[in-house]
Amino acid sequence: MIVKKEMIAMLLAGGQGSRLGILTAKMAKPAVSFGGKYRIIDFPLSNCINSGVDTVGVLTQYMPLRLNSHIGIGIPWDLDKNVGGVSVLSPYEKSENTEWYTGTANAIYQNIEYMESFNPDYVLILSGDHIYKMDYETMLDFHKENGADVTIAVMPVPMQEASRFGIMITDENKRIIDFEEKPAHPRSNLASMGIYIFNWSTLKESLLANASQPNLDFGKHIIPYCRDKGRPLYAWEFNGYWKDVGTLTSYWEANMELIDIVPEFNLYEEYWKIYTRSQTVTPQYFGNNSFVERTIIGEGSEIYGKVYNSVIGCDVTIGEGSVVRDSIIMNGTVIGHGCSLTKVISAENVTIADNVTIGQGDDTPNNTRPDIYRDSLICLGEDTVIPEKVTIGKNVMISGYTAEQDYPDGYLPSGSTLVRD
Amino acid sequence: MRAIGIILAGGNSNRMKELSKRRAVCAMPVAGSYRSIDFALSNMEFSRVTKVAVLTQYNSRSLNEHLSSSKWWDFGRKQGGMFLFTPSFADADSQWYRGTADAIAQNISFLKNSHEPYVIIVSGDCVYKMDYGRVLDAHIEKGADITVVVKQMPEDFNVERYGTVRMNEDGRIVDFVEKPVLAESNTISCGIYVIRRRLLIELLERCREESRYDFVQDILIRYKGVKKIYGYEMKGYWSNIASVDDYFRTNMDFLNTEIRDFFFRQYPEIHSKVEDLPPVKYNVGAHVRNSLLSSGCIVNGTVEDSVLFHQVYVGNNCVIRNSLILNDVYIGDNSIIENCIIESGDTIQANSTYKGEDGVRIVIERGERYTI
Repeated sequence: MIVKKEMIAMLLAGGQGSRLGILTAKMAKPAVSFGGKYRIIDFPLSNCINSGVDTVGVLTQYMPLRLNSHIGIGIPWDLDKNVGGVSVLSPYEKSENTEWYTGTANAIYQNIEYMESFNPDYVLILSGDHIYKMDYETMLDFHKENGADVTIAVMPVPMQEASRFGIMITDENKRIIDFEEKPAHPRSNLASMGIYIFNWSTLKESLLANASQPNLDFGKHIIPYCRDKGRPLYAWEFNGYWKDVGTLTSYWEANMELIDIVPEFNLYEEYWKIYTRSQTVTPQYFGNNSFVERTIIGEGSEIYGKVYNSVIGCDVTIGEGSVVRDSIIMNGTVIGHGCSLTKVISAENVTIADNVTIGQGDDTPNNTRPDIYRDSLICLGEDTVIPEKVTIGKNVMISGYTAEQDYPDGYLPSGSTLVRD
Repeated sequence: MRAIGIILAGGNSNRMKELSKRRAVCAMPVAGSYRSIDFALSNMEFSRVTKVAVLTQYNSRSLNEHLSSSKWWDFGRKQGGMFLFTPSFADADSQWYRGTADAIAQNISFLKNSHEPYVIIVSGDCVYKMDYGRVLDAHIEKGADITVVVKQMPEDFNVERYGTVRMNEDGRIVDFVEKPVLAESNTISCGIYVIRRRLLIELLERCREESRYDFVQDILIRYKGVKKIYGYEMKGYWSNIASVDDYFRTNMDFLNTEIRDFFFRQYPEIHSKVEDLPPVKYNVGAHVRNSLLSSGCIVNGTVEDSVLFHQVYVGNNCVIRNSLILNDVYIGDNSIIENCIIESGDTIQANSTYKGEDGVRIVIERGERYTI
């Protein structure tokens, strides 16, 4: 069989994303829900197919089950192809030196055979943790025009924030002359987005030459190696919406941006569709006493209560007399009657019984991970159950099947962490 | 499975008025996110009938688009699959289908090339859930030649446009009247038949020789004394959508919790083509009660007792009551819509009023779409 793909994509989806707290306890960050019906990985996958990249290797390692079942054989993204399509690549046992993926570039290194089998000219390296729409084909055109060996997607960031990023310093032709990782005194404001196009020969040579490097990483090892070899590196500037959803707070903010009248990140554009695996196609229903405003809601949900400024997933039920504000409620969650939820992030399939109040009280910091559960957000892990008539404060994390006795006097104060089986 | 399936999807009823100009009845959008034929197809899927022919002819573009991939019903298989037969698929000397029996007869090679012993024939314009396997079991148990699925309708139900049957205590059909002016029975045929494949081939060939073309008239009624034709009673929800009033009522039935739960929340699910549309968006000014809304809608106004299909835009200060808004409709600001069916692809100019005064009003407005 003769196989030839001009460009294939390798999508790094193995990271835990520990700053998302309980949301990533049972799934890798790219599998976390976003925007009502999507998962984070839908954005790079949709970008691929919309850009004409029909061969995607998805590298998984941490908690891959949800990701595997979501991707399946790639039907939702039209990535079920006879040749190419989507392949899930997890670490595997080798005849010698078996190891986990120890770094971004190490993961790619361990799949050299996969890439080689498509006989590509270019390899696109992506990560599965950002929300954005990007035409990789335009980036490839730029790469070819400049005769680059490596092209790095960059975006301008405010100068005062530049020291949080990997910064690229370019000449007037956008050729990268130097770069610095999280510099104290940045010389440029072009931040690397972790998206690279490599000539396949360059990538292969760099990976093989650095194979023995522990925790082989693109930013730390491969890109410096290519620079030191004098390879032409170019920076391709991206000016669209690009959101890192690395922390609970940024995750919450990015979701909330979707409910603006004309959001900066518009899901309603016809020409750049975002695809996802739909669990259901049924319409949503509103009861006789419901109210809804500044909210997006996924398929199959039934709303009998009131919803303000929220992002609601698929197959969610919100009972009569309940009020949900400023919250993210993911697929399959059931909220009983007479509840009040403010700034809640509820993971999938949570059950909240009747007359529960969440998000009331002072702003005491969380007692276990104040760095994660903050900004008055309350995070409920997957499959959490909350009994009726309890009141829960702010900066709280709850996970598992909780019962009345977990709430002394029917109250869980702000800053608490409650984990049950 | 011991049976192959045939879905009759060619019908184009003038009772659908303007709605049928755009599409075959089977392609009519139903319950917000579905098309009529999804129900028959999903029933086939869950009855594990893996080889299904869809026979269609009038205005089949919309239906073709909907069926463009058989993935959604899991019919894209090496064994079996979904076959779409329009008259152009039949022999060179064939003609436009002259009736239901003729439609099958013109595709008789589909029957002859199959090896499954039974055929399940259903119409694609009904909304229901049914395990055809049960009907087949009953068919075999009774030793029937043909089994017809029937339903006992309420006393006040107008049977005028259906076939009515009378059965003896054993369930054998003793009388079959097509579209009776004066009904003697309130048991109607649901347009679902089970028959042995070889018998069907034989009957169709005989029909053809005698220039007879209609399955009900020329097979069921003509042979009811000679062949053992049994009725199998359907208990659950069943509705035919092939008139404007029935179409409207069927959609509104989905606002009823029990019916919605039956179709949306109980196994098996009804499958449909996935449209990949974003969640529904409710802006400030939205006021929605007792309504169904499908993906891709954007709501800025009031929606009550209505069904909004995919990608409906409702402008500021609009009031929509007791109406069906079909796919991809733009409704400009300050418009009032009551008791209407708004046709797919319509653009309602701002400040318009449409009201169905005596009965449901069908609105077709091909205005220029202003960009959202």
